[in-house]
Amino acid sequence: MILSNANIFSQWLESTSGLGYVLVLILIAALYLGFFAVAGLMLVLMERRVAGFFQLRLGPNRVGPWGLFQTIADALKLVSKEIFIPKQADKFLYKAGYYIVIIAALIGIGVIPFSRQIQGFDINVGIFFITAVSSVGVLGILFGAWGSRNKYSLIGAMRSGLQMVSYELSAGFAVVTVVLMAGSLKMTEIVEAQQSTWFLFKGHLPAIIAFMIFIIAGTAESNRVPFDLVEGESELGAGFHTEYSGMGFAYFFLAEFINMFIIAALTSTLFLGGWLAPFGITDGLPAQWFWGMFWFFLKTGVIIFLLMWFRWTFPRLRIDQLLTLEWKYLLPVGLVNTVVMALFVWKDWLIDLGKIFGS
Amino acid sequence: MESILFYILAVIILTAALFTVTTVKIYRAVLYLLIALLGIAGLYFLMDYDFMGAVQLSVYAGGVMVLFVYAVMLTEKVGEPVRKIALFRRIIAAVTVLLLMGLALYAIWNFDFPTASNNKPTTINRVGEVLLSTGDGGFILPFEVISVLLLSVMVGAIVIAKSKKSKIENHD
Repeated sequence: MILSNANIFSQWLESTSGLGYVLVLILIAALYLGFFAVAGLMLVLMERRVAGFFQLRLGPNRVGPWGLFQTIADALKLVSKEIFIPKQADKFLYKAGYYIVIIAALIGIGVIPFSRQIQGFDINVGIFFITAVSSVGVLGILFGAWGSRNKYSLIGAMRSGLQMVSYELSAGFAVVTVVLMAGSLKMTEIVEAQQSTWFLFKGHLPAIIAFMIFIIAGTAESNRVPFDLVEGESELGAGFHTEYSGMGFAYFFLAEFINMFIIAALTSTLFLGGWLAPFGITDGLPAQWFWGMFWFFLKTGVIIFLLMWFRWTFPRLRIDQLLTLEWKYLLPVGLVNTVVMALFVWKDWLIDLGKIFGS
Repeated sequence: MESILFYILAVIILTAALFTVTTVKIYRAVLYLLIALLGIAGLYFLMDYDFMGAVQLSVYAGGVMVLFVYAVMLTEKVGEPVRKIALFRRIIAAVTVLLLMGLALYAIWNFDFPTASNNKPTTINRVGEVLLSTGDGGFILPFEVISVLLLSVMVGAIVIAKSKKSKIENHD
């Protein structure tokens, strides 16, 4: 297939064999690990700057140019901190907690196409695979909270489990509406299917509803405000990571931000055309892999900004309000929306900008 | 390469399964079971059966394990080591397990495993076509029955959630 051969990573792998093959695999894994750390730190910085923006203050701006090294300094502080484990804790579960969360987030990143040429592995069931992996991540929170033997941790983790299991359904329905239009679960094919029109515009009404449902469910799945009951600091101390210190806490924190990145990246891939340039304005230029990444990260950045905007705008929901929102509103709407979208696709009532502008 | 990965996964699955039944801390048993299920998902991915692997991840590792976590919390004295079982019961259990294992091993050794003639990866499109096919080897009837069942379960959950007043709400 032509698409998979465009992938830089698979080209590397094909050009080697034996020990070199393993080395290239390790190199790619290290690249992703590096991206994981850098993106996590940058997102934390962005969050603080955006918080400053919304609260009419500057945010961190002293360490390095424009405060760029602030979070690196924070990370160094966290690394140097003493790691203490509660005496009563089940150490095995306590440590397994953050490993599961981090591994789930890392595997999720691997499937996301950054551009036509840059993607960890283009699996046949792409989008389904990401939802499956992210559903494993919540177990890390549950195990970690149980292992730390703290009632606040446990209550936070129980809420997290409840929230993830509920909102996964709505997110799934939103994904299905897109898959109906794309006719594929493969990430690259979903993006390629948006060549003429992004799915947000192609599916107009049902796609916009699905987009909103996906953003809401995604915010809930990454445990962010207004759905951050998991760590509601006014009631639960710090929620499920109350007993974690130093890097243990940092791992959870990083994984949370990476999960937010995954949600934003999925939104831009599913609805906003992923790496595709709007109206193909950069299509003829050299270094296509760069332009693909440029547009992908631009769209993802806009969605991340939106999620951060939520955080500094909405008050936190109560647990019963959270469940009411999911089971009484989002799920029925999502269910009907999927049927409506199926009807639209069947009757071909979709908007194709390529046909309208005749390009 | 594949065989090395297979043996690594097999060792992980078997060790985790062994620990699942031997650990005295019930919560650790859940974690070991999770590791075993993840290993099995890995086996599916190794066989290029991506769809099955993803289903294994989302249904067993993601769904059933979360249920287990909640169910285990409802058991008695969940934080303490599991109490010792009487010797007589242990012997009965051992004999039953050995018999079952013998049966399984006998079946495996005597079955002539044919080599699959096509080694193409099973794509999701193919799975979809077979699920909705009405011809030979099609799964349309069970697929539709299960779909209707699951849909009615979901609609039922929504209806229960939307029902006017529950007893708990009347309480306050």
